[in-house]
Amino acid sequence: MIRKELKLVITFHTTADAMAMEKVCKENAAEGRLIPVPRSITAGCGLAWCSRTESRGALMDLMQRNGIRHQGMQECMV
Amino acid sequence: MIYFDNAATTMKKPPQVVQAVTEALCSMGNSGRGSHDASLDASRTVFDTRVKLAELFNAENPSQIAFAANATEALNIAIKGILSSGDHVITTALEHNSVLRPLYEMEERGVELTIIPADSRGNIDYDELEKCMKADTKAIVCTHASNLTGNLVDIARVGGIAAAHNVLFVVDASQTAGVFPVDVQEMNIDILCFTGHKSLMGPQGTGGMYVREGTAVRPLLSGGSGVQTYSRRHPEQMPTALEAGTLNAHGIAGLGAAVQYIRDTGIDVIRKKEQELMCAFYEEVRVIPGIRIYGDFAAKERAPIVSLNIRDYESAAVSDALAQDYGIYTRSGGHCAPLMHQALGTVGQGAVRFSFSHYNTMEEVCLAVSALKELAESEETEEINE
Repeated sequence: MIRKELKLVITFHTTADAMAMEKVCKENAAEGRLIPVPRSITAGCGLAWCSRTESRGALMDLMQRNGIRHQGMQECMV
Repeated sequence: MIYFDNAATTMKKPPQVVQAVTEALCSMGNSGRGSHDASLDASRTVFDTRVKLAELFNAENPSQIAFAANATEALNIAIKGILSSGDHVITTALEHNSVLRPLYEMEERGVELTIIPADSRGNIDYDELEKCMKADTKAIVCTHASNLTGNLVDIARVGGIAAAHNVLFVVDASQTAGVFPVDVQEMNIDILCFTGHKSLMGPQGTGGMYVREGTAVRPLLSGGSGVQTYSRRHPEQMPTALEAGTLNAHGIAGLGAAVQYIRDTGIDVIRKKEQELMCAFYEEVRVIPGIRIYGDFAAKERAPIVSLNIRDYESAAVSDALAQDYGIYTRSGGHCAPLMHQALGTVGQGAVRFSFSHYNTMEEVCLAVSALKELAESEETEEINE
């Protein structure tokens, strides 16, 4: 069964950026995981970081501190 | 068998490399092509190797490391991706054909090429290099070490010249990556091309390049990227910009294990062992009557290579005799370094190259010295079957 709920989704220009995000999140025990980019954001392929919406501030801070490039950040049903 | 052809490829790899490749072959999906664990594990391994290489070369970030099949591919991407008709480029006579041939190709497309000659010991004149700089000079492309003589180029000095004249500096580190420290920031290197299977001790089919952030390189290939599927253009962001198609993640897993091995063992420890073997070999061989050694051995540091000839014997025949009669494996002939052979006066004869790994032993060096003594004392004979 496919269940959807409102999530924060962060997209990246490259797979390397997505992997950098996962590494930094793991090292800092930040919540979330990599998912395929949802169609509502962009058609095609690629990886996105999916987490609870309330993690936005912490994740933005983490990305800034670690120089993680991202393409976009939005809340959507995933 | 004694293997002294490590400048062609290191045959003995750390066991961790073999294990990493085996595990990868048994478990990996396609890197960057999915979000299931098989694909993500491949992506994680590839990224982990990027991180290790970025740290090894002091790159700004792992995304500035793009993988390629070998140094030749990386050098083609670099040379063809930065030069355009009307540009001037400087290189040296020490170069391998992986630098020279792409440059000759660009010369046919309207690029002006200046080649800094080497003296009879295989060294270049740095002042002459600087004098060749022009207003339209776009880049200096040079090797870190000659694959024929083992002479090092002072790339920090050349990088300083490039930076002072605001031109790009492209380095071929095929013979040095993993043995000599390379700091792209300190040495002002804009593009560093490396192969994975030589001194980095990874599998063949691996290699890549560091590209300084903001350096524009036109990609050689476009195609599958795992991202931006519906865009007509290949993604412009590094490293995807230079990595069209499925990566050799199995090999990259091995390369990552190899870099980890180098870190654990210590790059200085590896270099010291190789230099000791090379120096011991050189000191014994240089006094054998009839043997001529090429390159500059007065230099403080050099790549672990000793190229030589016995009298006027054909280098291929000497190398073959070493292999067949003594089980000692070397490389003969031209070594894809035509201008270096011209400078050394060995175009016809070629040279027999001994190149050392830290896995070699002093006992092996002694056996090679004994074999060369015997061969130098023997006469070259021709048998004619009637």
